[in-house]
Amino acid sequence: MTTQQYRPRKKVTGASVKRQDTERPVFNESGIEIKKTYTADDLAASGGVDMVGLPGEYPFTRGIHKEMYRKRPWTMRQYTGFGNPEDTNERFKFLIENGQTGLNVAFDLPSQIGIDSDDDLAIGEIGRVGMAVDSLRDFEVAFDGIDLEKITVSLTINGSAAIMIAMYLAMAEKRGYDISKLRGTAQNDILKEFIGRGTWIFPVEPSIKLVADTIEYCAHNAPKYSPVSVCGYHIRESGADPAQEMAYGFVIAKAYTDLVLARGLDVDEFASRLSFNFNIYGNIFEQVAKFRAGRGLWAKIIKEEYGATNPRSMVLRMIAGGGGSGLTKEQPDVNIVRGAYYALISALSGAQTMALCCFDEAYTIPSEDSQRLSLRTMQVLIEEMGMCDTVDPLAGSYYVETLTNQMRDRMIEVMNEVDEQGGIVKMVAEGTIQSKVSAQAYELLQDIESGEFPKVGINCYEMDEEEPEVEYHPYAEDDARTQVQRLQQLREERDSADVESKLAKLADDAREGVNVMPAIMAAVKAYATVGEMTDALVSVYGRYNEPVRF
Amino acid sequence: MNSRRIRVLIAKPGLDGHDRGAKIVVRALIDAGFEVIYTGLRQPPEAVAQIALEEDVDVIGLSSMAGSHVPYCKRLKELMIEKGLDDKLWLIGGVIPMPDQQALKDVGLDGIFPAGTRLDDIVDFINEKCK
Repeated sequence: MTTQQYRPRKKVTGASVKRQDTERPVFNESGIEIKKTYTADDLAASGGVDMVGLPGEYPFTRGIHKEMYRKRPWTMRQYTGFGNPEDTNERFKFLIENGQTGLNVAFDLPSQIGIDSDDDLAIGEIGRVGMAVDSLRDFEVAFDGIDLEKITVSLTINGSAAIMIAMYLAMAEKRGYDISKLRGTAQNDILKEFIGRGTWIFPVEPSIKLVADTIEYCAHNAPKYSPVSVCGYHIRESGADPAQEMAYGFVIAKAYTDLVLARGLDVDEFASRLSFNFNIYGNIFEQVAKFRAGRGLWAKIIKEEYGATNPRSMVLRMIAGGGGSGLTKEQPDVNIVRGAYYALISALSGAQTMALCCFDEAYTIPSEDSQRLSLRTMQVLIEEMGMCDTVDPLAGSYYVETLTNQMRDRMIEVMNEVDEQGGIVKMVAEGTIQSKVSAQAYELLQDIESGEFPKVGINCYEMDEEEPEVEYHPYAEDDARTQVQRLQQLREERDSADVESKLAKLADDAREGVNVMPAIMAAVKAYATVGEMTDALVSVYGRYNEPVRF
Repeated sequence: MNSRRIRVLIAKPGLDGHDRGAKIVVRALIDAGFEVIYTGLRQPPEAVAQIALEEDVDVIGLSSMAGSHVPYCKRLKELMIEKGLDDKLWLIGGVIPMPDQQALKDVGLDGIFPAGTRLDDIVDFINEKCK
């Protein structure tokens, strides 16, 4: 391992127009000191070019496909969903008509935490931040008229992911698709929900057991489906630096992998379907180096630590997106420009899929216009800027290759720190990791407020501005009422004895500790609701109690 | 007036789990010398009112990121009146769209701190109002 000076985030700084002192040291967010010039000597000192290789070949630092965007540009997958399944279906079709190539479903909070729309806790939340889903019927409506072979669907769902994956598979099966060939992704990364984002339901142990259930079930029944997308993204949004973001993602992915291996599966049976989700805001070169370093490191881990032999098991497939934390409420038009740079970062990094934040996100659910603008931003890069012409265009730069080596070393350090503290599952359960990233978020905000960390519109180039005109997404009370009525109608129409027996079986299976996915599939097909199935599981697993530490 | 430190309750109303902002404000208030009680996620109005009463706080602060704050605050206001808490300093921060800000003032919020507020402004506001 190379030596490098590491400084905690508190003193992070970049070169800035405000700082003309060329002798002042410059550090990136991950704590790596940046030199004024890089040469072949720096690259050699950082570990050389052994990990560079070729695109499409181990260790995949340069990209997971040989031809990358020359063969197929990245999938454009904007995060969308609100109101009823009908409203969401309409927006999906709008985006597809405008050239979007994948869907990324937003669920409302009741659906995300496993309660039904007619629950008292759902009042005011139905369809507010995503699409409301109570039963299989809602999935049937949301995807009506959408070709599930042409458009891959990603479900941004975690606490209730086992149920929503079952609903998606059941819906596809009903429409005549062969689920053994069906592609798609569920986020289903519960460990990061405990660190940031917060849509947990069950305690930590049964929560990760459910993740392992979905991976095992899909390996046997839907082997092309990606049941998990491990998210460094939200940990970064919660306060982690870029090296930590990727390192924490990897220790989480390893935790799930270990659970599945303990069930007797071979690593090559499921590792190729693990996918990842990372953030793209910040220093351009640091992010590009992060992605390149991460691809090499993950390949090495899966090959050397886990003994995988299939190269497809070793590739770091990812959606790169966001990153809302980089946007500002001040001078919101500037967010359009930031979004364009983020898309550039993602393209230079070789992501397979991109979800770009919208400039009005700091205010409201994005409008049709702002979502189309994000699509056009990516389309300009694809069509006009030469981003698809060649693979990994920054390879060979002394700076980028050196930084890639240093970022990889830093990620290894962070992973070792987690191991020394008893592993990520223990740190999450005790709240220590939550406390660490939240302390960093506080320190960063202090640096922004003091001007130490430059942010345009906040601590430099500020303007007196009126509250800008923004097209606010209204909360549709009517839609919420319709959703509740439709749910109550469903409860009357379905075979309630059948539902009861399927829910009883689900609770039994949970109690016995067997894989609950077959029981969830059966309950879903009987039109049991999200809330009913969650309650059956809560009756066995209990609910999570949040550790609060500062 | 008295030597008791100002006691502040920070709560996450509704079902949303984005707590970066709430936790930052907690840390800033602790650093500013207040006693801070943080509720954790998903607190219904009943729980917030009950904790505020039991902890005998001077300030009730809510952190809202996902838009359900207006109906939530209306319900919390009823409970605050019921429990004799309506004299407490009542604040909200987070993603508070402009059209909601007047509605929240009408409900009785004393201070609204949208995203982008400086931490010192929150501290100064509390110190000023709790003198």
